[in-house]
Amino acid sequence: MHRLYVLPTLLINVVIIAIPALLTVMLAFFEWDGISDPIFVGLDNFRALWGDSVFWRALGNNVIWTIIFLIVPIAMGLLAATMMLVARRSANFFQVIYFLPVIIATAITGRVWQGMIYSPVTGITGLVQRLGIDLANPLTETSSALYGIAVVDLWHWWGFLCVIFFAALRQVRAEQIEAARVEGATFLQTIRYVLLPGIMPTITLMMIMTVIWSFLVFDFVYILTQGGPAYSSEVLSTFAYRSAFYDLAVGKAAAISVVISLFGLAATVLYIRVQAKEFDQ
Amino acid sequence: MSLSESRLTRFIVHVTLAVLLLITLFPIALMIVNSLKPSAEIVQNPLSFPSDLRWDNFVRAWSDANFGRTLANSALLTGLTILLVCSTGSLTAYVLARRKIRTWKILTFYLLASTTAPIQLFLFPLYFGFARFGLINNPVAVAFIYTAVYSPFAIMLLRTYFLAVPKELEEAALIDGASHWQVFARVFLPIVSPGILTVALIIGLYSWNEFLIATTFLQGQDQLTAVVSFFLLSGQYSSDWGVIMAAALIIVLPIVILFVLLQRRFIDGMAGGSVKG
Repeated sequence: MHRLYVLPTLLINVVIIAIPALLTVMLAFFEWDGISDPIFVGLDNFRALWGDSVFWRALGNNVIWTIIFLIVPIAMGLLAATMMLVARRSANFFQVIYFLPVIIATAITGRVWQGMIYSPVTGITGLVQRLGIDLANPLTETSSALYGIAVVDLWHWWGFLCVIFFAALRQVRAEQIEAARVEGATFLQTIRYVLLPGIMPTITLMMIMTVIWSFLVFDFVYILTQGGPAYSSEVLSTFAYRSAFYDLAVGKAAAISVVISLFGLAATVLYIRVQAKEFDQ
Repeated sequence: MSLSESRLTRFIVHVTLAVLLLITLFPIALMIVNSLKPSAEIVQNPLSFPSDLRWDNFVRAWSDANFGRTLANSALLTGLTILLVCSTGSLTAYVLARRKIRTWKILTFYLLASTTAPIQLFLFPLYFGFARFGLINNPVAVAFIYTAVYSPFAIMLLRTYFLAVPKELEEAALIDGASHWQVFARVFLPIVSPGILTVALIIGLYSWNEFLIATTFLQGQDQLTAVVSFFLLSGQYSSDWGVIMAAALIIVLPIVILFVLLQRRFIDGMAGGSVKG
């Protein structure tokens, strides 16, 4: 009887995600413009990607993105979260403010940074230029476009990690911390030897999620640069999106999607193992 | 728990937290200040306060972004998604929490895996499939996509609320002759309703802000969501940035007010499941 209860969820999920996902894997071996009949081409799509410099650029950018996001927002989140333990009464106030960027739509955050900060006409960059300081719009330089986007995503994202780490830190047992303090541990030693080990499972989970999310990053790249200038900020997801909808090379897009999924797969296996543990209790 | 520290440590801590606070608030402040300025003043100095408050920006933003229509579209899409996720999700969460079916483990694995599936893995066949069935520009169809994407998260969160319901309550109701459906609807639902509210808020936030799926599947002028309409408006080269910031505020303000009023629910809900002990 209870099998019927899970039917709506399962039906929606299978029709929207599972079946199209399987079709994507199949389409990766076909040439298809989205309208006419697909033509089987074997591994041609993957071979074409192998020789495509834009593909390698996008893949490299995803790897750079992963490294940045494994370090900067996690460090910022941990720093602020441990400090919020000291701030005590004002901690909730800081937490609410830090979380604000998380709840603002990516399209809006992207445009505020683009127009009010990066723009040489209407933004802070322009203001600084008029003061005589040589400062370029990071989004229009091939050398800095990716980092310009990453800064926006960092601003949007780090508060989420901070709030999660803060919640985890508050669950560290008070006796452990007191014991450390009685034995004369300094603030930094307490963090290093008691607090960080205490929330290690949470940090690990967030790092796994960071790897998964970093290969999915789409919104800010698409909104701020569309992968430009000259593909310098292209990532795999925008590359796939453009291939499918602008070039109507759906087979190629599917092949890129398969690559994205393969990179996420290892992290996904880890994620499921970590998450599934609590279901066995 | 909390730490008590020396005065110097507390000073350094507060300065650091304040710097992070300024970094967080700076772009938001720019959005608010410039939403009340004429274009010329923004070009002159984006940091200056408006010489006189230009409320007219909001009027123009409302008509330029067609908010009368697009906000209603967003509200409809968000409401529909909340309804679908909460109804289908609470049924599944109940079954998973109580292990009512033998395949609960497989189902859990499947749902966990689908939370990490990249949208690109299913987007392209879904789009061309929907196109074939005439489902592009159909908000109901998009609500179903959102439901598929957000349900696993909602189910995992709701499951913890169902787990907290005492087994004795369920047994007592069954002994009294209640059917399984009645147990679910009359015993469980009222107890887990705070969880459902939390899920509704978070799923509502996600759907309201969602960009990639909305911009792909809802492209007709009359079907655009508020966020996509804002994106298109702000992408025009000739646009007035005072008006763009006003439009941004119109979309953000209801969310921020809700968030400040119900912060615990948002934060605990979004962080839920991420804190490992």
